[in-house]
Parts: sequence; C-alpha cells; structure tokens
Amino acid sequence: MEKREPLFRITRRQDIKKSTAYTIYLLAFVIAILLGSLVFVICNVSPVTAYSAIINGAFGKSTGIRQTVKIMIPLLGTALALAPCFKMKYWNIGAEGQITMGAMGAAFFAINFYDKMPHVVLLLVMALSAMLMGALWSFIPAFFKAKWNTNETLFTLMLNYIAIGFVAYLQGGPWEGKEGSQIVPNFNSNAVLPKVFGVHMGWIIVLILVFVMFIYMKYTKHGYEISVMGDSENTARYAGMDVFKVIVRTAMVSGAISGLVGFMLASGQDQTIYSGIAANNGFTAISVAWLSKLNPFVMVLISLLLAALSKGSSSLKTAMGVPASISDIITGIILLCLLGSEFFVNFKIIRRQKEDK
Amino acid sequence: MFSIIGLIKAAVLNGTPLLFGTAGEILTEKSGNLNLGVEGLMFMGGAFGLAGAYVYSVITPNPIGFVAIIIAIVSAFISGVFGSLIYSFLTITLKANQNVTGLALTIFGTGVGQFIGEIMRIRIGGNVTIPNVLKNAFVDPVMPGFLRNIPYLGDILFSYNIFVYLGIVMVILMHYFLYKTRKGLNLRAVGESCSTADAAGINTDRYRYFATCIGGGISAVGGMIYIMTISGCVWNYSALSGEGWIAVALVIFCFWKPLNSIWGSILFGGLLILYLKVPVPFIPTQIYKIVPYIATILVLIFVSMKQKKENQPPHDLGVNYFREDR
Repeated sequence: MEKREPLFRITRRQDIKKSTAYTIYLLAFVIAILLGSLVFVICNVSPVTAYSAIINGAFGKSTGIRQTVKIMIPLLGTALALAPCFKMKYWNIGAEGQITMGAMGAAFFAINFYDKMPHVVLLLVMALSAMLMGALWSFIPAFFKAKWNTNETLFTLMLNYIAIGFVAYLQGGPWEGKEGSQIVPNFNSNAVLPKVFGVHMGWIIVLILVFVMFIYMKYTKHGYEISVMGDSENTARYAGMDVFKVIVRTAMVSGAISGLVGFMLASGQDQTIYSGIAANNGFTAISVAWLSKLNPFVMVLISLLLAALSKGSSSLKTAMGVPASISDIITGIILLCLLGSEFFVNFKIIRRQKEDK
Repeated sequence: MFSIIGLIKAAVLNGTPLLFGTAGEILTEKSGNLNLGVEGLMFMGGAFGLAGAYVYSVITPNPIGFVAIIIAIVSAFISGVFGSLIYSFLTITLKANQNVTGLALTIFGTGVGQFIGEIMRIRIGGNVTIPNVLKNAFVDPVMPGFLRNIPYLGDILFSYNIFVYLGIVMVILMHYFLYKTRKGLNLRAVGESCSTADAAGINTDRYRYFATCIGGGISAVGGMIYIMTISGCVWNYSALSGEGWIAVALVIFCFWKPLNSIWGSILFGGLLILYLKVPVPFIPTQIYKIVPYIATILVLIFVSMKQKKENQPPHDLGVNYFREDR
C-alpha cells in the first residue's frame, strides 16, 4: 500500500527566535483589535473613534491614569500570586476565594481593632492576617491534592464560592452597618492604606512583588524545586524532594499573596468589604499569568493592557451609549487570540513536500 | 405537607436550567475537554434565547407560543455551539491550555450576554420582554389536566413546564448514547485515554469537537431556560451569574453520569432556594447557600480517597492530545 503524507502536518518546535515569537503575538493582538472593531461596527460606532476614546479614557487625564493603575494593582498582584502554582502545574483557580478570605482577614482587624493600635501597626497586622487567611484557604485544597491527588481545579473553584458566601453572611450579619443595609460601613481612616501619587500604595507593594517573584522563581531553591515538580513529579521524587511539602508550601505562598491582594482591595481600594470584593480578578489574573508565560515583567504589561481596556471602556458608555460590557468582549477576544497564537509559537506547520521519485 | 410539595416543585423548576447546564458539561467532559466556559455559554444562551423570542414576537403579528419556544431553544443552542466551537478550535486544533481557554471563554461569553442584554435595553428602552401569550408558553404546564389533577402526584410529577420533561428526555437520550451505542463507547474512550483511542483508529479530534459543541449548545439552552422561566423573560445579569459554575460543580457531584444529573440538579436547585422556602432559625441564609459547594467538595474528596473506578473523572480530562508527544 502506498504511504501518503497528509498535506499539512504539525510538529513541536524545538526553538524559536524571540523576534519571530513576538511578531506572532503582535499579529494576534492586531487580529484581536480588528475583530473587536467588528463589534463596534455592529453598534454603529466607528472603531477608530471608539478605540481612541478607550485610549483617551485610560491614559488621557491624570485621573484616568490613576483609575487604570487602580484596576491594574489587584490584577497584577494576583497574577504574580498564581505564577508559582502554574509553574508547578498546580491549577489553582481559587485566587478569587483567597483574595476574598484575605480581605476578610484584613477587615476583621479593621472593624474590631481600629482604635486599639497605631496606624502602621494596624496596617501591618491587617496585611499579615490577610496573608494568613489567604494561605489557609489555599492550604486546604493543596493538602488534599498532595495527600490523595484530589482534583485541585475543581476544589479551588468550589472554595471561591464558599469564601464569597462567608463574606456575604458577615456583610448581612455580624458586620452589617445599618440594619438591613447589607453593607459593611467604611473602615476608619486608621485602617485605610495611605495614598501615594493619588493611588493607594498597593501599587508600590505590587511593583516590589514583581521583583521578589522574579527572584523567587528564578534564583532560589524553592523556585528550582517548583520548576522540577512542574516538569515531572517523579523526577522531583527521585531527586529526593519532599513532594508533599513543595505542593503545600507553594500553594500557601500563592494563597498568601492573593490574600495580600485582598488586603489591598479592602484597605486601599474599597475601604470596606463586600462579597464581590475580588471582582473576578482571581479569574482574569489566570489569563494574565498564563499569557505572560509566568514572567513577572510581562505580567506588568498585560495587566496594564487589560486594566486600560477596562477603564477606557467604562468611559465609552457615557460618551457613545455603548454598554461597558464591551470591555469584557474585547478582553475575551484578545485573550482567545493570544491563546490561539501560542500554537504557532510552539508548533511548526510543515507542508507536504513534492516527492522526486 | 403542602409546603413540602411546594418545595419539591420549586426545586425541580429551579434545577432545570442546572440540569441542562450540567448535562451539557458532562457530555463535554466525557470527551476529555474540561470546558470552564459554561458560565459564559449559559450567558450567551440566555441573551440569544431571549433575543430570538423577542425578535420573533416583533416581526409576526400573531406569535405562537410553541414556535417561540423552538426559536428560543434553537438560537440559544446555536450560540452555545458557536462559543464551544471557539473553545474546541483553540484547545483541540491549536492545543491551547484548557483551563485558561475556558476562563477566557467565560469572560467573552458573559461579556457577549450582558452586551446583548444591555444593547436591547438601550436601543428599545426599558426592560425587553415578550408578550404575555409567549411568556405563558414558556412557564405553563404541558401535561394534560387529568394527570395534573391526581392528588399530590399530579403536583409533584405533572405540573411542570415543557423544559422539565424535555430535560429528562434529553438526559435519558444522552445516557443511552454514552453507554449503549458504539459511538458513545468511542467517545468515552477518547476521554479516558486519547492515545489508546487514537491507536484504535478513532478520530479523536472529531469526537472531541462533536461532544464539546453539542454539550456547549445544551448548556447554553440551560441559560435560556433560566431567563425565560425563572427570571420571567427579562434579562437579569446578577441572577444568572453563578449558574454556570454551579453546573460545573454538579458534574463532579453527579460522578460524570448523565442520569445522576436529574436528582443532582433537583437537589442543588432545592438547596439554592431552600432558604426562601424553609427558613431555619439560627442558620443564616448565606450559609445555606454555600451548602451545595461544601457538598461538592466532600464528594470530590471522597472520590479521590476511595479511588473507586466507576466514579472517577475521565482519565484524560483537561489534557490535550498531540500524537507526536507519545
């Protein structure tokens, strides 16, 4: 029987020039923007006007820039938190819950101890409590994963809703302000993160975290263990690593940082707590972390992009009567296009050669 | 006694959107695709289903209820297939990470759903809804009167709208397909071990595409049912959000078996409204609401500890297949 080669076949690329990879990503981004234009055309809005309005809204005025940075802080922080987990191929999609629990840990001290501690001490205690709660919330699924190989994707997902439920309960119960309001009163100014250049100082914390995470992943023993685990758990075991310990520790580090993000949201951004405080940052950050190939510096870029889109689109609504949810559509399109483009970075398409025989 | 019947009825009605969402995701996951975009798909289904029925009610002078139902189902289904097609293309053909793609689809889908809902409001003004004749068609009981009039039993079994029975038939058909046909066997093989199925000559990509797209369409119909029955034919963003994630949880709770999703969705549907129907002193309503999630986690832990063969997730769930990687 004659052997036939298919017209196209794909094979994994061994190496790819950086410039080629960047070109592919850029192309995917352009395609996403073009697809997004289609949505604007459907709404009878000129894409050029719309996009320039988005850019203007995000970066035009200093208030806009501040808003953009404010949206970017939790997104970047959470993406950083997820990096070690994903490197280990531990699919933690529970950052949403870990943020919420962190915010709850911070709010506990903000509500009960605001008049019993000096400003700096209180903030430190809040941050620590937030990290502890986040780490604890991340410990639970990690323990079961390490011990019985319980599916962590689904476990962490469920924990999100439990955390949100807890806060919803506190919001309408013990921590409720005016009876029946379902709202926790604003924190005392003693428990509020101070502003630097008009934005709560969470942005400084997050920027420091970028470097810390880069070093942690690249130059520490922990980081090395994580990357070996990610490649092969058996290799790690063979090399004498304590697999149980590495899984639990990494998940807890990740949860602690997510918890810290929760602290920044509660104390810096919202100055109160409510059940939706994580505001989908935990989910969107997954895409940010993944698309950045877990590189902290690239995360800065991508989270800035998504934050700008979100801020810019909110000004579209007032200016042109386009629903703000268009930012979700365009974000989704960009993410999907970039995800698709990774294929062309990782794989080579080979066309059937004409045979000479 | 009457309140118990009322509770059962409410649980069934509240569980029906979940039944579709869950059954669709079961079909998807049986092929090895973990589509976390169900939330987005249900949003798209809800928005397009409502839009389809609305457009129909506007363009015809005397709209017929039954036709409106068909149109709503078809437009929701198509939107779900479209969403899943994106997901399938990315994960199967382009081998993108399933978790991330699913989440991106959720962002995209919820955006599209909310966008359609909002644009209808902005363009048409006020909350878009359809004439009462059509509304009733979606919620009216379909069983003949003599069955409904049987004491107790009539209320519990025969008092529901068309989607309840449609859902049960759909799930039974899915069970039959998965466990009694060769194609179903092939599909399960693809989900359990893609490389083995490939070696056996099964076109694995085709099966994954098929299961994911049909499954996504079914899930999307669940979103439409939510909007058209529970939310009263009005777009309701906040009420619909979370349904898709519960469906993902239910898939685990049902051990990836379509028939289990019937009682599973009734149970979850009941738990989610229990706090309205049976207020228990000392237990806050918000704590009630997290019971389904705790139950799911317990099932998840139990399944992994027991290692019982028939209750495991499909072995290759969440893993993309590339032939040369073997």
